[in-house]
Amino acid sequence: MDLVTKRKIINFIALSLSLSAMAFGLFWLIWILWMVCEQGFSSLSLALITLDTPPPGSAGGLRNAIVGSGIMVGLAMAIATPIAILSGIYLAEYGQTNWLGKTTRFVNDIMLSAPSIVIGLFIYAVYVTHLGKFSGMSGAIALALLVIPVVVRTTEDMLILVPNALREAAFALGAPKWKVVLMITLRSAKTGVVTGILLALARISGETAPLLFTALSNQFWSVDLNEPMANLPVTIFKFAMSPFADWQGLAWAGVFIITLTVLLLNVLARVLFRKTGSQY
Amino acid sequence: MPPKDANQELHSQISIRNLNFYYGKAIALKNINLDIYKGNVTAFIGPSGCGKSTLLRTINRMYDLYPGQRAEGELIIDGKNILENGVDTIQLRAQVGMVFQKPTPFPMSIYDNIAFGVRMHEKLTSREMNDRVEWALSKAALWDEVKDKLNQPGTGLSGGQQQRLCIARGVAVKPKVLLLDEPTSALDPISTMRIEELVHELKREFTIAIVTHNMQQAARLSDFTAYMYLGEMIEFGKTDEIFIKPQDKRTEDYITGRVG
Repeated sequence: MDLVTKRKIINFIALSLSLSAMAFGLFWLIWILWMVCEQGFSSLSLALITLDTPPPGSAGGLRNAIVGSGIMVGLAMAIATPIAILSGIYLAEYGQTNWLGKTTRFVNDIMLSAPSIVIGLFIYAVYVTHLGKFSGMSGAIALALLVIPVVVRTTEDMLILVPNALREAAFALGAPKWKVVLMITLRSAKTGVVTGILLALARISGETAPLLFTALSNQFWSVDLNEPMANLPVTIFKFAMSPFADWQGLAWAGVFIITLTVLLLNVLARVLFRKTGSQY
Repeated sequence: MPPKDANQELHSQISIRNLNFYYGKAIALKNINLDIYKGNVTAFIGPSGCGKSTLLRTINRMYDLYPGQRAEGELIIDGKNILENGVDTIQLRAQVGMVFQKPTPFPMSIYDNIAFGVRMHEKLTSREMNDRVEWALSKAALWDEVKDKLNQPGTGLSGGQQQRLCIARGVAVKPKVLLLDEPTSALDPISTMRIEELVHELKREFTIAIVTHNMQQAARLSDFTAYMYLGEMIEFGKTDEIFIKPQDKRTEDYITGRVG
């Protein structure tokens, strides 16, 4: 067998292996999506967004859970994003090599891989037990703690990608450092940073574990941050495990809503990211 | 414009005395002495790594951005040694502008690319700013090409246009000195020609120091040439004299293409 034939055979084998690996991965993904769509779609109705979670056997929707999730996720993003972006800026532009930067980066990497249930337990121990009750606020804080490391990391990575020549050019015009960071580097990295924020948002909108110990859940309508707050993930958990068919239907609808939201956020992030790629 | 009188009096814009430069412990410039004369173009030539870019980056203290880099000696602009501690680098860089090897348009509109530097140093009304932007873009021979798309991003221009945008950006601040660090090495011949014409125009108003790898370019553009080798200033003098009858054997070897 000559060398060319041998190379072609090896190429064919490698290609087949990687293709089948991809097919294996896609198979499960599509199955999950298909199932979610099929089950969720049949449970969709207007009542979903007009009625609150019902007792078993009566008509109801997910209004309180959707609104509760919206409030906690929104609040978590509002708390976490400014802190995380500023930290990311510090790491990339100021603390690249000093001990504070190195330590922060190390701790952030640990936070990044910390299981979310640990974060939930932590907030339970330091916040919920002191207040003596579950609350929407504690849920938002737990979610915020999950967002921070993700956004810190992407912000830093995106800022580091900005070519140094651009910074030098701005400095050469006599710009002070804060203006260079704000108007040149952060601006160049803008879409990347926003992508990071969207991915973090997508991640926390499906998190169940940190909410179990903090916001708990609420069968009724409540937007009081000092009371237990309904939310989609815990409601899904509760309803899906129940023996009642109508609850199970609502759980599927909730899963469908979350999946759709996460999918949309990911698509949005990708579209944004493609735009940056063409800039340089 | 009448041809330059050979005996015309020269005024030093920048005096460099006993300048040493270090990257950490490694010495990159050894005891450099020369004057950059007002209203003239001074070219720095020499093989890669000879320290010509380092010298240029010392003049606007670009090296300040990087810990471990330091300069000692005297670099006098307007009677002040700008290497001393406590020198306001923001003020200094308003006086000494710089254009880099690769075009670096900022991620903003063409208009804002020009206005960015001006806003750092002057408070102008919007009409004054419009005039300044037009003036700077005209100086860089770019106005006619971009006057109808000032609101479009600077990144959308061609490479040569981007480099002229960067020159306009530097000119807009109205510095006394313009430092050009291999401004045409990333450009095609036509764009290079336009930049060279531009340098010819700009030297009426600005003192220019240019680093170049291209000896013909140095010969065409400059009034004075400095040949550097391994961090040392080998020879410095009028461009005609350096290229026609260099005093030092090493300069001769380089410009005749025997080394480098």
